[in-house]
Amino acid sequence: MSLKIRKGVPLIDQHDKNFMYGGKFGGNFIPETLKKPIDDLTKLFSKLRVDKKFLRERDYYFKNYVGAPTPFIKLENLTEHLGGAQIYAKVVSEANGGAHKIYNATVHCLIAKKAGKKFIIGDTGAGYAGKMLSMAAKKFGLKCKIFMGAKDIKRQRPNVEAIKKNGATIVPVTSGSQTLVDAVSECMRYWVANNDTTNLCVGSTVGPNIFVKICAWSTAQISRELIKQVKDEFGKIPKKMKLLNCVGGGSSAMGFWNEFMDTDAELIGIEAGGPKKSKLHAAPLTNDSKIGILHGAAQYVIQDKEGQIGTTESISAGLDYPGISPLHCFLKDAKRAKYTTASDEDALKAYQIVSRLENISPSLEPSHAFAEAIKIAPNLKSSDIIIVNSCGDSLKDKDIIKKKLGTYTR
Amino acid sequence: MKSKIALAFQKCKREKRPALITYTVAGDNNIQNSIKIMNAISRYADILELGFPHNTPIADGGQIQSSTHRALKNGIKLNNVFQIVKKFKKNNPNKPVILMGYYNLIYQIGEKKFLINCKKSGVDGCIVVDYPFPENKNFAEKCRKKSINFIQLISPTTSKDRMRKIIRISHDMVYYISMLSTTGGKLKVSAKKILQNYNKIRRINPKKNVVIGFGITDKTIVALKSAQGLVCGSFLCKTISNSLKMGHNPAEKLSKVVYNLKNKIL
Repeated sequence: MSLKIRKGVPLIDQHDKNFMYGGKFGGNFIPETLKKPIDDLTKLFSKLRVDKKFLRERDYYFKNYVGAPTPFIKLENLTEHLGGAQIYAKVVSEANGGAHKIYNATVHCLIAKKAGKKFIIGDTGAGYAGKMLSMAAKKFGLKCKIFMGAKDIKRQRPNVEAIKKNGATIVPVTSGSQTLVDAVSECMRYWVANNDTTNLCVGSTVGPNIFVKICAWSTAQISRELIKQVKDEFGKIPKKMKLLNCVGGGSSAMGFWNEFMDTDAELIGIEAGGPKKSKLHAAPLTNDSKIGILHGAAQYVIQDKEGQIGTTESISAGLDYPGISPLHCFLKDAKRAKYTTASDEDALKAYQIVSRLENISPSLEPSHAFAEAIKIAPNLKSSDIIIVNSCGDSLKDKDIIKKKLGTYTR
Repeated sequence: MKSKIALAFQKCKREKRPALITYTVAGDNNIQNSIKIMNAISRYADILELGFPHNTPIADGGQIQSSTHRALKNGIKLNNVFQIVKKFKKNNPNKPVILMGYYNLIYQIGEKKFLINCKKSGVDGCIVVDYPFPENKNFAEKCRKKSINFIQLISPTTSKDRMRKIIRISHDMVYYISMLSTTGGKLKVSAKKILQNYNKIRRINPKKNVVIGFGITDKTIVALKSAQGLVCGSFLCKTISNSLKMGHNPAEKLSKVVYNLKNKIL
């Protein structure tokens, strides 16, 4: 049965009384101890999001601290090289800190201040969510702890250094696959034990409902800027426009698409296809995974028949996650967005092509989206518009890229 | 007819002592040992909780995670968990067994089939860590219809109003989480404070059997013995870990530890 998206209602609010989207995604599958803190946060957020003073504060920091708006540029060389659709990029990596994670981190710190909390914790995969949270925590005078898989600590060194420099503590997570999935679990466990003094910032549009909401509400800044930039560029929203975004947990795609929900824009999410010969893909939407419960929410998730969560494999730490935002599950089932994958190899190649031809150098996450653009653009007409969210900079991946390609150029 | 869980509490009440409730993970460190452990400790324990392992637990501390990891590494499946209970129940038909775990495993097999398997193997109750009230209301009702106890949890963060609602729909046993912690945390709140909160819950309905869990070891158990029941889990999982490390027989070791715990609350 196909689900329906209501027009004129923010996507994050289209849940039922059990906080489920389409009756089957999301919700709050949480230990009793977290009921109250999540309830408190839910109430506080619903007040703040309509509070004019708070909105002014948010906008002030987005403008003066994050740096809004981030550039919207045409990739002339890439367009010419591919010879089909017109390709544009929203260069979100120009935001302070170098990625979209700054929006969620800033909003969570503002909320923590309003809640009178002195500590904030968060999970991180690629290290961006951790880096941004540590930055924002420093800015707003909060003590910060970042939970990160031991495997990710090794492969995302530049962001690890940044987190430390910002004065945050890194808690290495050595359980399970030692990647994002375990970092989120460990972070939630810490919150179970410390929610009286500490606020939690879940790093993506995953987790119990309120975290999905706050994150998507924060990253929506990207499309608020973009819709204006698109209208400035084309005079209106072009008829045939595709918005391409990589999808791990799904926070940057949610932010990139939010304001275009009720338009004709085509929304395409690109999941991590992993190494070409591997089957351990972090692509629950493309691979038709079953619905399961992970980190407090029902979602399509990579798991075995019993319900044990599966391991994933991707060159991109930020996409290496077995689950996916309930919002994306909702968009998939409502057929509002389409999802596909790009392999590690395709992403690396896309990184190379874009970095060589253009002034931007996307990290391995958005390189997945660029890979799809490179694949489809030649078969499209010049009246077709492709916009890619370049939501991270390759600098953080320089070790991986060097190892895989021999050299790193930016 | 009274449930075996209710009868176990009745017996303890007569003997003027709290019920001793143990928690071990099914299949830790393998199916055979798991049954041996249950058989050994059931001489002293009044109710046995048995964890069905999940690899992404969001409320378990290190000790239980280690036990879970061992069990999963040995290939334990939900079906094996039911087999373990069935085998145990063959020799101990009146000893209540409560399954404890995370909702995804129930969700995948389906609530109905899960409960049919519970019934077939002789499970007396279940605790689902990440399925709180009121979301769990339907499932709790399905349990009741099958005469299986659904055990509601209450924590220090639970409001009075919520407590009342939870107690009202609860079955024969309610589980009070002693402190803000994952399982196996160090007791960071005084026993006095824990009992104060505990008694608040008791006063709402004195007829309900309320037990205390989290942070209970051979050191902390005495101070809490005025409760109706005490759950000891991580301490036992740690004992299994240690005895495996030392090459000891975990069943023998655990039997001694549980005997010792029991003696402290007599």
